[in-house]
Amino acid sequence: METLLNNPWVVIPLRVLIVIGFILTMVPGLVWIERRLLALMQIRKGPNRVGPAGLLQPVADGIKLFFKEDVIPERVDRFIYFLAPAGFLIPVLCAPAVIPWGPDDRLTPIADVNIGILFLLAMTSLTVYGIVLAGWSSNNKYSLLGGLRASAQTISYELAMGLSIVSVVLLTGSLSMRDMVLNQQGSLGMLNWHVFRFFPLGLIATGIFLVAMLAETNRAPFDLPEAESELIAGYHTEYSSMKFAMFFMGEYASMITISAVMVTLFFGGWLPPLPFAPFTWIPGPLWFLIKLGVFIYFFIWVRATLPRLRYDMLMKLGWLRLLPTALVNLFLIAIILWWQQ
Amino acid sequence: MEAIPISWFLVLSAFMFAMGVTGVVIRRNPIVIFMCIELMLNAANLAFLAFARQQAQLGAQVAGQVYTILVMAVAAAEVAIGLGIIVAIYRLRDTINVDEMNLLKF
Amino acid sequence: MFGQILFGIMALVIVVTSIGVVAVRNPVRSALNLVANFFALAVLYLLLYAQFVAAVQVIVYAGAIMVLFLFTIMLLNLGAPAELAERFEWKRPITWGLALLFVIVLAGGVFARLGEAQPAPEDIGTVQMVGKYLFTDWVYPFELTSVLLLIAIVGAIVMAKRRL
Repeated sequence: METLLNNPWVVIPLRVLIVIGFILTMVPGLVWIERRLLALMQIRKGPNRVGPAGLLQPVADGIKLFFKEDVIPERVDRFIYFLAPAGFLIPVLCAPAVIPWGPDDRLTPIADVNIGILFLLAMTSLTVYGIVLAGWSSNNKYSLLGGLRASAQTISYELAMGLSIVSVVLLTGSLSMRDMVLNQQGSLGMLNWHVFRFFPLGLIATGIFLVAMLAETNRAPFDLPEAESELIAGYHTEYSSMKFAMFFMGEYASMITISAVMVTLFFGGWLPPLPFAPFTWIPGPLWFLIKLGVFIYFFIWVRATLPRLRYDMLMKLGWLRLLPTALVNLFLIAIILWWQQ
Repeated sequence: MEAIPISWFLVLSAFMFAMGVTGVVIRRNPIVIFMCIELMLNAANLAFLAFARQQAQLGAQVAGQVYTILVMAVAAAEVAIGLGIIVAIYRLRDTINVDEMNLLKF
Repeated sequence: MFGQILFGIMALVIVVTSIGVVAVRNPVRSALNLVANFFALAVLYLLLYAQFVAAVQVIVYAGAIMVLFLFTIMLLNLGAPAELAERFEWKRPITWGLALLFVIVLAGGVFARLGEAQPAPEDIGTVQMVGKYLFTDWVYPFELTSVLLLIAIVGAIVMAKRRL
């Protein structure tokens, strides 16, 4: 047993299976939580028929999607039409490979590579392909418009997101996600986290990342690619059955991934908020999950609260507000770091 | 990891470059021609990195990687301008066939 | 051994997709071939101890440049194949032949003269190492590149705007 667990050909596939399984089993629960929470916020009941408190609703949905007829519209580019959902889901599931879930070295799912954050950026930037290709191959103008909007939106907000990540890289002096968490450790607890570093500056970087992460995952109020009042369902209008389910799962999985990145970069990863007794009793991975839950809740809360932005407002916000702010913020952080040396 | 001869990488790079040249010569769609130019640039990058592994000094080894990064920056600039030109031409003339872009030709 | 097998697979991917970029008629499929090609290249860069370059390859080429290509193809609606009549059919066989000749000549030259890979330290391709040389020995080319990118930004905006 011991030798089997030290064999990399056994351990690494096992870890891959565990992390993918974990993300994919979290998705149905997340769907249920989102629907119940939205109902609570909008003073209605939400799913409550299947199972206790509607808990089995995601299972029922899954069964429905699985047995639904798979409609393929006429004159689609079949190969690309089949490729697109996979092209969306695969990078989303690859991304968590470098996120450390706890202090133990084995809790980083695959490896703590020294270009960790770059790997994550690369994977999140690849999700655009699935969306663009889905929009293009469906041979439907609404899908095409949805795909075009999604690609423009993702490229625009990736810049602001990248700049706020660079400020964390500057603070840490490393691209490894583990080093980023360890850099936030200290006797002050929460106040050592990157959010509260150089007081307003860290907070600004966090805010920029927060907005960019909503835009990257195409969630409300930035869900223009699938704005139902103007584009039916955007890029996945023509998808049905399990192919639609793959887009659906991908969206929720990327929500989990990007929240995990947020927690790792700015909110101290697995570290407890205060470094003394009652808080340190809770193990690191549990802290990570609690913080993750807060951000997932934030996603849902924002969806219930804010109306959808108009497209030109979205572009203006990205290019004329977030990007310059992120640049100036990065510059100020660099100056302070240089001053401290 | 050790035993891959550098020459394999170089032959592969030569093949990519040749395909790029072929594409530029035989294709008429400027966007595809652009992609073939990217293919050639990447062939050059691969050759840079492969040659860098043959150098004895550390500085020369890293220099190959630095070149690659500079080439990528140039490629990004080139794509931004090139696709801008293509869009502008399409707006003016409603076609982007390179055989019809002959205003500067005698 | 593992490295050689990986090289073999990736080389096969690169060969097939490079031919694909040139030979496929539909521009979207050409672009997809190119994306696959760049991925395989990133893996080869890892085999050459260039981790940072490999990551940048995926981010810049696959994540930004190719998305821009696809965006333009979709924006101009060039997706439909046979939109552009490909003329000069006689060029084709000659060009393919010349390309083959080129590869053979280069391959012969490479195999005739080349030596073995030199031993390299493990951290040769890390961000620290590349960054150190980029900001010391190569700082002028680096700064010039930034000017070039600025020119590209301004130029693209000038061309894209109908009225300034």
